[in-house]
Amino acid sequence: MKATIGHKRPKLSKLARQEERQGYMFILPWLIGLFGITLFPMLFSLYASFTNYDVTSRMDFIGIDNYRRMFSDDPLFWTSLGNTLYYVVWMVPLTTIGSVLLALLLNEKILGMRFFRTIYYLPAVLSGVGVYFLWMQLLSPTSGLINTLLSWVGISGPAWLSDPVWTKPAIILMKMWAVGGGMLLYLASLQGVPSQLYEAAKLDGASVFRRFWHITLPMISPVIFFDVVTSFIGGFQVFQEGYVMTESGNGGPMNSLLFYNLHMWHKAFTVFDMGYAMGMAWVLFVIVLVLTLINMKLSRRWVYYEGDDQ
Amino acid sequence: MGRVQPYISPQIHHKKRLSPRQIIIFIILALGSVLFLLPLWWMIATSLKSMQEIAQYPPTFIPQEFHLDNYIRTWAAAPFTQYTLNTLLLSFFAVTGNVIVNAFVAYGFARIRFRGKKIWFSILLATMMIPGFVTLIPQYVMFSKLHLVGTYYPLIIPQFLGSAFYIFMLRQFYLSIPRELSEAAKIDGASHFYTWLRVIIPLSKPALATIAILSFNGAWNDFLGPLLYVNDESLYTLQIGLQSFRGSVQTQWNYLMAGSVLVLLPVIVLFFIFQRYFIEGMNLTAGTKG
Repeated sequence: MKATIGHKRPKLSKLARQEERQGYMFILPWLIGLFGITLFPMLFSLYASFTNYDVTSRMDFIGIDNYRRMFSDDPLFWTSLGNTLYYVVWMVPLTTIGSVLLALLLNEKILGMRFFRTIYYLPAVLSGVGVYFLWMQLLSPTSGLINTLLSWVGISGPAWLSDPVWTKPAIILMKMWAVGGGMLLYLASLQGVPSQLYEAAKLDGASVFRRFWHITLPMISPVIFFDVVTSFIGGFQVFQEGYVMTESGNGGPMNSLLFYNLHMWHKAFTVFDMGYAMGMAWVLFVIVLVLTLINMKLSRRWVYYEGDDQ
Repeated sequence: MGRVQPYISPQIHHKKRLSPRQIIIFIILALGSVLFLLPLWWMIATSLKSMQEIAQYPPTFIPQEFHLDNYIRTWAAAPFTQYTLNTLLLSFFAVTGNVIVNAFVAYGFARIRFRGKKIWFSILLATMMIPGFVTLIPQYVMFSKLHLVGTYYPLIIPQFLGSAFYIFMLRQFYLSIPRELSEAAKIDGASHFYTWLRVIIPLSKPALATIAILSFNGAWNDFLGPLLYVNDESLYTLQIGLQSFRGSVQTQWNYLMAGSVLVLLPVIVLFFIFQRYFIEGMNLTAGTKG
């Protein structure tokens, strides 16, 4: 970059120039995608968020009106943001802890381990409408599996997807079924922890808990960090659960499943308030960006990188 | 591998007997795996029941009668054959596009020296942090201006423009291939394209298989894309077809579950056949912790 200002760019030899051309040739498909279906649409949407764009006829500049409406005139904006935050705040720690615990169990040397790993991982590869329908049936208040199991231990289960208090816990429960994905990630990293560390700690008389706290946890912390960051970003994408598992995507009882993206979807494709919806998309982007940066900042305090003395 | 050091064996001998700790873990895992499998069992059981049996309380775990005809009726109740063909077509493009293009782009990032590479690569990593919904609406606007809404193009074209995540995964994989192998080809005067095709590709078959599986799975389960871009029923995919099928059967859970089984079954079968590659994908992801 420096070379472009004031100085002439250093001349490249013919071979290096050829090399450079080939480099760009190889990454060309991605570059087209980057500009064509990512950056250009994003810039367009940034501009459109300051207009009353509706795809077909209007596109008048209206300043920050969309953003003003969002923050002060649209209670559903806050509802949907609240629902999404609720989901993320519970889902991320629960699935993280769940997958770490599962990975610890599945890292033991016992009979049938390969079989167990397969079983626990299987639900994680299943997704889409079939899974949502399955869970709608499992969560059905009278004929569902969950409440049947609960009744065995004397609990009369809630109405789950028809009770505004229980809709989001129901969705989080469904996500817990898929902890096998994260589990595998942790398993790979647990197997990379040198066994001498444990041997040494054992000799020093460290308990199982202390060994976990002082050896395992720091050693797998980079993966925990990666998992937390990606589930955070993924958590803010929650949409289908609210769309499929409610009556025609209406957001469920008392809008309790009206997630941010579902609200945005309705604004964009039901009422064609495109400018507004794109403004919402940018607000989401900023929220996710800020939270990711906070995550990264905080990570310096607890993520341990081997060979890094700082 | 072949040489076993005799010194370790006494310790192994001691461990032959199961410790109480191992037994407890075994029991926890066994109970847990029943819990994890029950939903799938429940889905199959429900799909085989009659409506009267589903209405029974308490519900039965094993159907009293096996109504296999539920599946035939489900399949006949909506054009599921058409949906399947449509989904297969889109999956085919997703797999070919993702495997070829990402393998190609990743080579550029891993093996060629050019100015600006670092910056482009940081941008690539940064794009992984953009939530898909941020580009969703403007992309829709773009495709609608190009008069492509209602066709498969908006679902197919992006598959040929590279995916940041797969490119990153493959780049890491390429970096683990010894440089000497490709250098040798270069000294022989081979172009980068030739080296990529003849040296790198054959060596990265497992990683490419992983990407093939993951992108097949992605296309098979994609709901949002077809929901947004496909209007005509003749172009419905299985996910959209299943969703609209719900409208016609309402709470007839046996049919709905039969439909769900049919849509999920290929993925389950694929999982058991190619389990190794599903897991490989995860390990490649674990390697991205950076």
